[in-house]
Amino acid sequence: MPVRLTEGHRLCAGCAEPIVAKQVLLATDKPVVVANATGCFEVSTSGFPQSAWEVPWIHTAFATTAATISGVESAYVSLKRKGKISEDIRFVAFGGDGATYDIGLQALSGAIERGHRFMYVCLNNEAYMNTGIQRSGATQRGASTTTCPSGTCIPGKKEIPKDLTKIIAAHKLPYAAQASPHNWKDLIAKAAKGFEANGPSFLNIITPCPRGWRYDGANTIEMAKLAVETGMWPLYEYENGKWTLTGETKRIAEGKMERRPLADWLKAQGRFKHLLAPEWKDVVDDIQNNLDASWDELLRLTKL
Amino acid sequence: MKRLAMNGDQAVALSWKQIDPDVVSSYPITPQTIIVETFAEYVANGEVGTEYICSESEHSSMSMCIGASAAGARSATATASAGLAYMWEMLYIAASMRLPVVMTVANRALSGPINIHCDHSDAMGARDSGWIQIYAENVQEAYDNSIMSFRIAEDMGVRLPVMNCLDGFIVTHAIESMEPLDDDAVKKFVGDFKPIHPLLDVKSPHSFGPFDMPEYYFEHKYAQQKAMENALDVVRKVSDEYAQISGRKYDLLECYRCEDAEYVALSIGSTAGTMKQVVDDLRAEGHKVGSIKLRLFRPFPFQDVAKVLDGRKGVAVLDRALSFGAAGPLFADVCSAMFGNSSSSPAFNYIYGLGGRDVGVEDLKKVYFDMEDGTAKAVNYLGVKL
Repeated sequence: MPVRLTEGHRLCAGCAEPIVAKQVLLATDKPVVVANATGCFEVSTSGFPQSAWEVPWIHTAFATTAATISGVESAYVSLKRKGKISEDIRFVAFGGDGATYDIGLQALSGAIERGHRFMYVCLNNEAYMNTGIQRSGATQRGASTTTCPSGTCIPGKKEIPKDLTKIIAAHKLPYAAQASPHNWKDLIAKAAKGFEANGPSFLNIITPCPRGWRYDGANTIEMAKLAVETGMWPLYEYENGKWTLTGETKRIAEGKMERRPLADWLKAQGRFKHLLAPEWKDVVDDIQNNLDASWDELLRLTKL
Repeated sequence: MKRLAMNGDQAVALSWKQIDPDVVSSYPITPQTIIVETFAEYVANGEVGTEYICSESEHSSMSMCIGASAAGARSATATASAGLAYMWEMLYIAASMRLPVVMTVANRALSGPINIHCDHSDAMGARDSGWIQIYAENVQEAYDNSIMSFRIAEDMGVRLPVMNCLDGFIVTHAIESMEPLDDDAVKKFVGDFKPIHPLLDVKSPHSFGPFDMPEYYFEHKYAQQKAMENALDVVRKVSDEYAQISGRKYDLLECYRCEDAEYVALSIGSTAGTMKQVVDDLRAEGHKVGSIKLRLFRPFPFQDVAKVLDGRKGVAVLDRALSFGAAGPLFADVCSAMFGNSSSSPAFNYIYGLGGRDVGVEDLKKVYFDMEDGTAKAVNYLGVKL
């Protein structure tokens, strides 16, 4: 397999983004063209006159990644029809959660509805990390960020994150999944399905950020694993209308392993440390209730 | 080819059909919509090989053109007013990536208050985005400019996006007699699209749109400016070549009865057509007046403008847009051209026709009368009800 994203990029030590991207790009032998939203991943892999990309790559703006790859894919369809291109090429877009859940959601929804054949990968680190850890629509309830800091009156983010993977699945696209880089085999298998889907596909991947989540960068993979094993980031697929649990999430649902307590997740990260104080017990209870309700809902979907 | 009756939007769509772009992205907005509707019929009937994409917004529409162009496809779109404003961020990116996207703009007032009729505030707002801007007087010119836009944008000394501007409703919806070229002549004139480092050349990977720090950004902007300067000669060259196949000669600007004119008025778009009637009427009454139509607004032909305006008793600049707190954007550039080239004529600004306010022959005569009798102010608001 040729190197597609080289070493020497400028992402932080312990950043999960290049790990996730490399796993995704391992999932196809076909040539790929990459589109990238504005954010850490774009800034840190492309500083002119250098580029860490050994495959064709384009960044246009923050909200536009799905639209940009739509244009690239449309050019491909057109030029292939006109006999000007012969290769079988795959198209993949990377965007952070700010670019995907928030500012680029309209473009992503449009691109999926139009049915372009591309895979969109959300590198979900649950905040605007590139600008310095600001709240996004993916930020967990109770997390402290620089725009929803934990204070004496307000204990971090007041709202639960939107369930983007289900919003995307509601487009009835061929394939969508949640994945985590600690379970690389599961992630790569999902990326392979996404690349080969006959239409748009979507991967929402938990992408721990040591700076934003406030943990030791050596523990990135452990943190991704914890997200899955506590049920905060369930692994599942939506494939042609059918919901399927995978990896540890499946094993927990089958009773083959215990779901780890929420407290393990909250204690591991500085962004939640204020919640451990007794006065915010109701917030922790609320997070637990949301977690349980989401878990039950997912189990119902997979049994339908 | 025989003459046909059609409106400006249909004429632009016809030119696209003859050019057969690889990718067209569309999003409806009045008064442009007829273009993408007409083109959709060509697609539906198999008359073009274009991949036609209906976007979910103008912001995405422009992003798709950028992606398609970078991928190696000849790409086009059309918009107006709020749609162009919504694209604003992406206009700069298309230009800075040096992508020869061609976009027709059906000039329409910006909100608010919301208004669907003609003025130039949309395109003037995009003045500094790095796009070449060409304005049409009538349906024929909208068609001719559309074809020439692709050649200008794709010229190897330019490689910049082009806005082909035509006045909303006045040109987009008015049915006029026009003469298209034969399909083969258009195809031959425009030629094959020659992409530079396209994304789809997977054996030769290139990065588009990298992060650019202070060490290089300024040089990239300078290179854009040089490309714009190159466009002046390229527009002339392409227009000359187009004259050979069409018999219709265009320049950066067009003077009408200016040779001995003491008073001239400079305008862009359909008003320049009305001005010809005004000049004829006034000439018949013995007034020494002329009219200048500026065809190319970006890059601005400073020297050509200064030259034709020099030595007049009065120069009126007609702006169908307003920079609040200043005056008309065209006026600012005209004054800059004159001052920078030691042209000494007194200049007056006329703001007119905002939001589609009708401006007829009699209204425009006032511009010359004001200058003749010395009542023209530095900035005048023609036809505003006070």
